[in-house]
Amino acid sequence: MEYILMIIGAVLVNNIILAQFLGICPFLGVSGKVNTALGMGAAVLFVMTLATLVTSCIQAYVLVPLNITFLQTICFILVIAALVQMVEIMLKKISPSLYQALGIFLPLITTNCAVLGVAILVTQKEFSIIQSTVYAISSALGFILAIVIFAGLREQLELVNVPKGMKGVPIALITAGILAMAFMGFANLV
Amino acid sequence: MSKLNILTKGFFKENPVLVLVLGTCPTLAVTTSVKNALGMGLATTFVLLMSNAIISLLKNVIPDKVRIPSFIVIIATFVSMIDLLIQGFLPSLASSLGIFIPLIVVNCIVLGRAEAFASKNTVGDSILDGIGMGIGFTIALTIIGSVREILGSGSFLDYKFIQGDGILIFVLAPGAFIVFGFTVALVRYLQSKKKAS
Repeated sequence: MEYILMIIGAVLVNNIILAQFLGICPFLGVSGKVNTALGMGAAVLFVMTLATLVTSCIQAYVLVPLNITFLQTICFILVIAALVQMVEIMLKKISPSLYQALGIFLPLITTNCAVLGVAILVTQKEFSIIQSTVYAISSALGFILAIVIFAGLREQLELVNVPKGMKGVPIALITAGILAMAFMGFANLV
Repeated sequence: MSKLNILTKGFFKENPVLVLVLGTCPTLAVTTSVKNALGMGLATTFVLLMSNAIISLLKNVIPDKVRIPSFIVIIATFVSMIDLLIQGFLPSLASSLGIFIPLIVVNCIVLGRAEAFASKNTVGDSILDGIGMGIGFTIALTIIGSVREILGSGSFLDYKFIQGDGILIFVLAPGAFIVFGFTVALVRYLQSKKKAS
């Protein structure tokens, strides 16, 4: 039950993009088409789950026992950067078709603040390793939900005649604002 | 390019947030009030200045293949420093900025300037560029923060000038996207006017 509430909370109520403002860059950058948005979402799900699992293990078994939690930021970003590289190399060998699909999105993820954000958030919330992993998966699902809906909206926006100054980023941001308003409807769900 | 030009290009002409649309996460997240916006802007300026200076000093030492990880480690060092300083001396600011202080590490502006400017230019120029871009970031955050605080809570720098609440939606998440969207649109309109004249 606790996990179900956590999943609903992270996907709908505290959506990582629309309520917590993490991962806005890919949200604006790769939301032109529903297919690319899905690819980015899958890559985020993959890396975020793995990264949070690894960083929460490091936090629990290395940083806290040695009393060096002030190194958290440096340590986590290095682990994430190395992990992304490793995943890229491994995918290339093991599953070339998946690599083809996710390939271009993987390097972008190192600078996706959602991955580092969730890794730090779970340590601040003092979750156990299993809780952290579930939280990471559900945050990534929230990311996929938001970016896919937004990509659908932007495909429609292409056909609409917007004022010249509003074309591109401004109208996308305002649409995201209205989408965030819609998600506020879930506010008291959990 | 003249020294003055390097410093001032980040203010408006190449403003990292309003023109290049980089560093959007902190822009949306911490602009609920002018105080938070200024705090975040100045913290990022410090990181930009220090990382630009160190990276341009080390540009001939760092091998090309591992330059991005090296840049990230240098940036993360200064972010940890400013994080601990804010926690120590400004605990109220630390609690309202929260997770977004450590997340300066993944702010695209900082890594972007390191890669595009500091790794190719002299120390003096890189310092000027860091300060200029930092001030541009602070200006953008302060503009958006002012609009959101004035409309959303009816106050400016915590000085209240209406009774009761403002238009609450502007302090909440949707207001961030909408105010940012209109600010970018306004900047584009002003630029196109300037180009036409």
